[in-house]
Amino acid sequence: MSTTAIELTDINKNFGSVCANKDVSLKVKSGTIHGIIGENGAGKSTLMSILYGFYQADSGEISVKENKTVIRSAHDAIAAGIGMVHQHFMLVDTFTVLENVVLGTETGFSLQESLQNSKLELQRLEQDYHLEVDINAVINTLPVGLQQRVEILKALYRGAEILILDEPTGVLTPQEADHLFRILGELREQGKTVILITHKLREIMAITDNVSVMRQGEMVAHRKTSETNREELAELMVGRKVLLQIEKAPAKPGKPMLTVEHLDFTDDSGVHRVKDVSFEVRSGEIVGIAGVSGNGQTELMEVITGIKSLQKGQLKLNDHTILPSVSADAAVMRKYGMVHVPEDRQRRGLVTSFSANENIILGYHKDPAYNQLIEMDKTAIMQYCKKQMEHFDVRPDNPQLRASLFSGGNQQKLIVARELQRDPKLLVIGQPTRGVDIGAIEFIHRQIIAMRDAGKAVLLVSVELDEILSLSDRILVMFDGQIMGEVLAKDANERALGLLMAGVRKEAA
Amino acid sequence: MNENQANVLVVTLVTIINLLLAFFISGIVIWSLGEDPWFALETMLYGAFGYDEGLGYTLYYTTNFIFTGLAFAVGFHCGLFNIGAEGQAYIGGLGVGLICLWLEDWSLWIVFPLAVLTSIVAGGIWGAIPGYFKAKRGSHEVVTTIMFNFIASVIMVNLLSHVLRPPKEMSPESREFAEGVWIPQMHEIFNWFGLEITQTPLNGTFIFSILCLFLVWRLIWFTSWGYEMRTVGINESAAVYAGISVSRNIIIAMAVCGGLAGFVGINEIMGSSHRIMLNFQAGIGFTGIAVSLIGRNHPFGIMLAALLFGILYQGGAELSFEVQAIDRHLVVLIQGLVILFAGALENLFRPQVEQYVKQIVRR
Repeated sequence: MSTTAIELTDINKNFGSVCANKDVSLKVKSGTIHGIIGENGAGKSTLMSILYGFYQADSGEISVKENKTVIRSAHDAIAAGIGMVHQHFMLVDTFTVLENVVLGTETGFSLQESLQNSKLELQRLEQDYHLEVDINAVINTLPVGLQQRVEILKALYRGAEILILDEPTGVLTPQEADHLFRILGELREQGKTVILITHKLREIMAITDNVSVMRQGEMVAHRKTSETNREELAELMVGRKVLLQIEKAPAKPGKPMLTVEHLDFTDDSGVHRVKDVSFEVRSGEIVGIAGVSGNGQTELMEVITGIKSLQKGQLKLNDHTILPSVSADAAVMRKYGMVHVPEDRQRRGLVTSFSANENIILGYHKDPAYNQLIEMDKTAIMQYCKKQMEHFDVRPDNPQLRASLFSGGNQQKLIVARELQRDPKLLVIGQPTRGVDIGAIEFIHRQIIAMRDAGKAVLLVSVELDEILSLSDRILVMFDGQIMGEVLAKDANERALGLLMAGVRKEAA
Repeated sequence: MNENQANVLVVTLVTIINLLLAFFISGIVIWSLGEDPWFALETMLYGAFGYDEGLGYTLYYTTNFIFTGLAFAVGFHCGLFNIGAEGQAYIGGLGVGLICLWLEDWSLWIVFPLAVLTSIVAGGIWGAIPGYFKAKRGSHEVVTTIMFNFIASVIMVNLLSHVLRPPKEMSPESREFAEGVWIPQMHEIFNWFGLEITQTPLNGTFIFSILCLFLVWRLIWFTSWGYEMRTVGINESAAVYAGISVSRNIIIAMAVCGGLAGFVGINEIMGSSHRIMLNFQAGIGFTGIAVSLIGRNHPFGIMLAALLFGILYQGGAELSFEVQAIDRHLVVLIQGLVILFAGALENLFRPQVEQYVKQIVRR
């Protein structure tokens, strides 16, 4: 019988009146991969932050390797043999791999000496765990997959026996994710314990031995992975039955609504972000743009929606031609029949310190329906907001409430309500369900399909491959600013798309 | 109690506590100089309120601070830190003065609207140029507006000593306007209704400043124009997303700031001195920043904060006159403490007050 690596007993943590963790207990066996799954805001990250010493629990006990341990800081956690790989890497971009790994553990006065001493140890670790990285490479020259490896090496170098990974696959292609899982398997073989935090069911099923499900701050279930399935886990996460696969009728594409021709974009710092991209979106179809984040999708969307000005190429939107010489901002694009649900709702889609009713008119505030002769018609706006909140099931349905006080899913519904109610010709929607709970995902997906069935053209940009696959009729894959290929959704599979996302052309594959 | 009311309560309590603290420390300083702090406070309040001449001066200063306070607040809501009210008021006053010199035979009913318009245009241009640099070239408005204060100062010195100074006069100021274009002073206005008050520089501009408070309040929170400005101020990328022109809003907001600051010229030049003088705006523009910050950039708060600084100016002058150990510099110290606690250290007690208010709300 294997020993217990970590045991948490009745952990409670409150932030003001918000209860982030309530009587959470968790037992992780040594030498296993233990998944913790839950929606955003379920309390997974808080729990791990308590374990890693970022927060102190209000009450409860932590035992590491069957010894009661008090963890007051990350330092204590490292001393207890706990290592963490954060969702956003904590690396110094301009340092080499070796320098990053050594950072914070240098001994003596001479840096060169500690680097020399560490070199052998690091090379040994790389060999033992098959974590090959060039130790002299500078971090910002490495792809994200390798940067993540450096993070893992860093934890191991500090003597971690227990490794916590927080949403590790968010930035990886499916192939890179598979590679990461092989590494995790290797670590398990060597007797390390891995805690994997994620909201993706696929990953839990693929790699973990045991899984714990969190919902609204509570631990709702512990399962052996071999004895459960995706449907059960999803239901546990949400607390009710959910439809994982969306039903939709075949598309009936009409005439082209958006035509992009030879679009090219270079950003302010001179990086060539979008390279000669051409495609079209017809009414009544959903075109999905897949790709690992940071491959030019954001910039492409920003140019199409008028946020960044068109530099080269041309756009045709609903029979209006937009050329680089004619400036067309977001207001003009809206007038031509485009609506836009931006990928970053906190920063772009909402003014979070405005109330819901001020946000529901963002971009449409000049509409005569909301304006009297001089001042705005607050009563009309309030009524409109109230109506939309009911229609799109935004909770709480209080138009006076500040946008920042809504949950991620409800914020997104508010934006979707604002944009979809405009009877557009074209909907451009980016990361529609990022940071949105499963219940709202289902709702938003159905809204997108409904738009398509109503004969609107939909351009969907998402880094979630599942989302692209289940919604799109045609899929374009972007890599390094270019479109690597086009696949019909019915012929697509994760492997083929993954290769395109990694920049491997079909002919070569 | 809902969230908004709780916020208002927190802000009010925090401000009151900070002011009390500032006065408490001032009291210690006065006490350490061997004077009775209670007597000093009494003298100050009497000087500011106790008799109608004192009150007249207090409200006269208040009028100026309302204008420059608003000039800062409008920019602040658009994400700008306008510290150029000083220069904008100066140039706005120049516009007012030139109109009065030029049209001094005309009726006040025509000259007043023209003067308002000119101060808006003159002060507005002085605000809009830094606004343009900010919007199109990214030059920071703190740097450019302070430079524009100096430029305004140099222009005025030159104009007043070489162009506008009547021949054979020694002091650098223009000639006096004809009496027909003077804004009626408060004692004259009261006289129309058969009431007697002492003559002070307080004039009809005070009523105009209250109107401006109201208009700015409606502009910022009730028009689509104010909506755009606030969006730009809080979240520029959301503004771009919404198709709101960031650069246009910045330029317009700066122009509005300049226009509001320019109204100081109406109060000072048309209402009181009746000639263009050197440094008539001295310090008013900068005090406006403190007024606006202490008043939470809200017209209602600005009204109260402007009154507070009116009291400090007038009551402080009285204090240094009446109490021997207290001179002009100590009055500046008291004003400085108010700015320090209510402006710079505004969040010193905020966590505790928030905690306390939360407890009340729960009950």
